[in-house]
Amino acid sequence: MLKYLIEKEFKQFFRNKFLPRVVLALPLFATLIFPLVANFDVKSINLSIVDNDKSTYSNQLINKVTSSGYFKISDVSTSYKDALKSVELLKSDVILEIPHKFEAGLIREGEGSVMIAANTVNGMKGGLGSAYLSSIVADYNNMIRTNLLELNGAATKHSFEIVPLFKFNPGLIYQVYMIPAIMIMILGLVCGFLPALNIVSEKESGTIEQINVTPVSKLMFILAKLIPYWIVGFVVLTIGFLSAWMFYGFLPAGSFVTLYLFASIFVLAISGFGLVVSNYAATIQQSIFMIFFFVMLFIFMSGLYTPIASMPDWAQQFSNFSPIKYIISVFRQVYLKGSSITDLTTQLFALLGFAVFFNGWAVFSYRKKN
Amino acid sequence: MESIGKTGIFNSEIVISADKLTKKFGQFTAVNEISFEVRKGEIFGFLGANGAGKTTAMRMLTGLSHPTSGSGYVAGFDIYTESEQIKKNIGYMSQKFALYDDLKVWENIRFYAGIYGVPNKEIEPRTEALLNKLGFEKERNSLVKSLPLGWKQKLAFSVAIFHEPKIVFLDEPTSGVDPLSRRNFWEMIYDAADRGITVFVTTHYMDEAEYCNRISVMVDGKIEALDTPDNLKTQFNSSNMNDVFYKLARNSTRNSD
Repeated sequence: MLKYLIEKEFKQFFRNKFLPRVVLALPLFATLIFPLVANFDVKSINLSIVDNDKSTYSNQLINKVTSSGYFKISDVSTSYKDALKSVELLKSDVILEIPHKFEAGLIREGEGSVMIAANTVNGMKGGLGSAYLSSIVADYNNMIRTNLLELNGAATKHSFEIVPLFKFNPGLIYQVYMIPAIMIMILGLVCGFLPALNIVSEKESGTIEQINVTPVSKLMFILAKLIPYWIVGFVVLTIGFLSAWMFYGFLPAGSFVTLYLFASIFVLAISGFGLVVSNYAATIQQSIFMIFFFVMLFIFMSGLYTPIASMPDWAQQFSNFSPIKYIISVFRQVYLKGSSITDLTTQLFALLGFAVFFNGWAVFSYRKKN
Repeated sequence: MESIGKTGIFNSEIVISADKLTKKFGQFTAVNEISFEVRKGEIFGFLGANGAGKTTAMRMLTGLSHPTSGSGYVAGFDIYTESEQIKKNIGYMSQKFALYDDLKVWENIRFYAGIYGVPNKEIEPRTEALLNKLGFEKERNSLVKSLPLGWKQKLAFSVAIFHEPKIVFLDEPTSGVDPLSRRNFWEMIYDAADRGITVFVTTHYMDEAEYCNRISVMVDGKIEALDTPDNLKTQFNSSNMNDVFYKLARNSTRNSD
């Protein structure tokens, strides 16, 4: 019986002009384009400079800032007020003001100060801009201190420097961190949305009534809806793996077997959830809005964009209910650290739990009789 | 046409029985204590205006809807507790055309045959035989959505009885179809009845009522009359079923649309 049900699902899937294309194109374009556009490295920040000192030191500082490659001098103003105007006109993002007697202060009193003001309407750009600028100023500060101390012939003061070592992603390359998560996002979208639309579209066309008077059991019916999306999930994932490798030369440090194993459980969980939504919705419209709401929620609570550790406590608790959280952590760990299944037992049990729970609920909530 | 099929075996076993079967939706009583029996091989007509409760009654008998009270048996199984057994023994054709539009003619037949447990090797020869009988050989590979309505309904009926059920339930099977197609359709119904399949059919076409062995007329959720067409005509002193129906339905309080 199951054979005929699944056969029918596949016939309908392939006869649809749109769906097979989505399943092929979405993972391909997502892994190709998202890593290029989703990038937190901010370059070419427009800098407005107010140099009230016009000395050797202030010139040196400005040279150091411009040679860093992050900044583009968009404006040189004579006063802070003028500089602010250029920010208001969106010509500049960050202002660096060097005060009068900057050099004199440095030499005579051993200290000087500069002011950094950033436009944080675009929080990311402003924040990063002022952070980069601060670190360049601090660097410059160290340099002249060493120079001055040497000039005075004094012994170098004791100091220590922190050298961070970035394990598993030494270049802190954002793509490396994002690609595995983007694969999961696409997998979740495809394997969550398609089942959510499936049962409800049979409700709309009236064919479900015909199925409900047949001896097809609830379990068989749900299995027949689930298994095709499980296979679709493998296709989506394989395309994601291939395009990450072809376009970015990106291969997991761990094994593909681990990735496929976890992904197959995840797809069962998210497709089961889609079927639950489809069972409760009366129309395709209702179904779309419900699944959109929940998948968005799962993604934002998953740590895909923002680390879970930076969420407030209640949100961290809440994130435990997002199946996407577990699978993303698996994918990142396997891709970057080469973790194996023994390191990932928490995620394994969590995902198995979701799969059993959602599919049990899907079978339970499917009503042949009302 | 009146002569065929009326040789029904009226002393044979009872295959459908309902006793004070009732369905309420909140305050509204859609079906109000209906009682009747249908015998094997009979063509049993369920007549009524729109909204009289025909479809609701049929949905209870086919296991799609929980009755509120009363009892019912179909093919010897209780409609409360054994609806899955009932489903193995019945065919159903709903008011809303319910084959898969995006599947081909042969694919629809194969699908329903398969889920009713027709053995795989029998499906293909029987599909060919059916297509021959219907004169649909050329449409074998057409998508169902491309067929004219009359053909779709013939196909839906054939699919509903493909697994040789004991009883077939037809919910307004001929609505929207031209008179010639309707006549053809009724020939198919007689043919099924001759093979021993009990036919339970709802309709609001009075000429079709004449084709049934027995008919029950539903008004506002109740069965107001139940007998053979001839007896009803005598009882209500009418020359045709139209008259009988008007006399019964005149006092209806539900809006028919």
